[in-house]
Amino acid sequence: MKKHLLAIAVAALAAGSAFAQANDTLAKIKASGSVTLGVRESSGLSYTLGNGKFVGFHTEMGEIVLHDIQKQLGLAKLDIKYQPVTSQNRIPLVTNGTVDLECGSTTNNATRQKDVAFAVTTYVEEVRTAVKANSGITSIKDLNGKTLVTTTGTTSVQTLRKHERAGGIDFKEVFGKDHADSFLMLETGRADAFVMDGSILAANISKSKNPADYKIVGEVLSVEPIACMLRKDDPAFKKAVDDSIKRQIADGSLAKLYDKWFMQPVPPTNTKVGLPMSEATKAAWANPNSKPMEDYVKK
Amino acid sequence: MSWDWQVFCQDTMDREVVQGCFGKGGEVTYLDWILSAWGWTISVSLLALVLALVLGALIGTVRTLQDRPMIVRLGNAWVELFRNIPLLVQIFLWYHVLPSLIPALKQVPGFVLVVLALGFFTSARIAEQVRAGIQALPRGQRYAGLAMGFTTFQTYRYVLLPMAFRIIIPPLTSETMNIFKNSSVAFAVSVAELTMFAMQAQEETSRGIEVYLAVTALYVVSAFAINRIMAFVEKRVRIPGVALTASAGGGH
Repeated sequence: MKKHLLAIAVAALAAGSAFAQANDTLAKIKASGSVTLGVRESSGLSYTLGNGKFVGFHTEMGEIVLHDIQKQLGLAKLDIKYQPVTSQNRIPLVTNGTVDLECGSTTNNATRQKDVAFAVTTYVEEVRTAVKANSGITSIKDLNGKTLVTTTGTTSVQTLRKHERAGGIDFKEVFGKDHADSFLMLETGRADAFVMDGSILAANISKSKNPADYKIVGEVLSVEPIACMLRKDDPAFKKAVDDSIKRQIADGSLAKLYDKWFMQPVPPTNTKVGLPMSEATKAAWANPNSKPMEDYVKK
Repeated sequence: MSWDWQVFCQDTMDREVVQGCFGKGGEVTYLDWILSAWGWTISVSLLALVLALVLGALIGTVRTLQDRPMIVRLGNAWVELFRNIPLLVQIFLWYHVLPSLIPALKQVPGFVLVVLALGFFTSARIAEQVRAGIQALPRGQRYAGLAMGFTTFQTYRYVLLPMAFRIIIPPLTSETMNIFKNSSVAFAVSVAELTMFAMQAQEETSRGIEVYLAVTALYVVSAFAINRIMAFVEKRVRIPGVALTASAGGGH
């Protein structure tokens, strides 16, 4: 549980130094010649290969954004520092200035918008259901009386809770410590279905012993816009980040990046995730915006 | 970042603050949830504690039997088996590995498996303390019992165990407190206890500091309550004039 103690310590520090931070990231980058990119160690969009190497769709996109900013500022050299963040510490680390831009797998929602700002949405996560291919489950209504697994500390738990209380279908829930444990529960039959972000399901299936044994089925249970996170009240920096992302969308380079990380073999195991771009992601790119998750629910 | 303790009064569905902080008519607030999580923590801990005390006392005792080398070896094997594997790994062995070897275990709920894992893990530690307590007694005590015409069972029942248990109350107190703290591993196999609440509620509310502080306070209250109960027991069983338990209180 050391990670949590660390999170508390970090958050306590954040409380102390939050006000000492001047909100001009571009000036800070120009003055120091360095920038800190927040990354994740094991998410579908950003992960580590070990030895301080961080890769993934969002990590690489964040690097391109920072190179665009380097050009804009006319810096000959920009030193990108990588700071791994967790669900527990990512917001304090951004608000206290440790991390300048976080491009991991952070959902843009209204609660977080009170503390931080988000760049335009670059990926729309769809919460789906993975089942064993021979289970005969094809839709939510087949889940009546079944056991569903999801991972502790994720928004999918809330999604499940809402579906359960909405009534109609009755199911049991179990919770994995992390995604690998949750997938193990599906694999060993402790659960009949694994409810989680589509990209995480696809990645776990692609890495499993026999990917053909599993499939992703049924309706989209919830939609979550994922975006890079930055400090609040810094419009110049947000504009620089957004402009770079819009440029990448417009010239097709972001689509190529998507193809590279989701449709081609990727390290470390050189397996394909095999997750074609969703309609929701296409829509977000067609009309770049920073709408929080709540706005997606309404429509 | 300022405090927001109102977060515990929020409904877990729509995050609206509920009047009175307890949900009514199907509503569940974070306060309801943390209390239920505390209940799971206490249930896991107390059941595991009962199992650990019974098994630990039994195995610790048989490890000191004379002229029964096979039983002593079995007891030693038990202790070394459960003492040398990390608790979290043991939990996964119970939950994932054993059921794949013994299919009948698949029907057993995770809660029961956690109680078994935590109880067996702690029983090894208690057995070691019981053995040490018995062996710390002067050898003459055993011989005195046998000279009285007691059987081995009677010697243990009336002479050795009453003294040994008094000696080991302080380390036992530590162990009972440890069970509460160690019960946090139960979250890994889907028991909805305090640690799982902490991880989930902080993600949902983004109020990690308040959530972790509340959870910490509940762990401290539970472990300290057990500490006080053990201190009471220690005081009540003290034999006047015998300086076995010189220090007041039971903790370490």
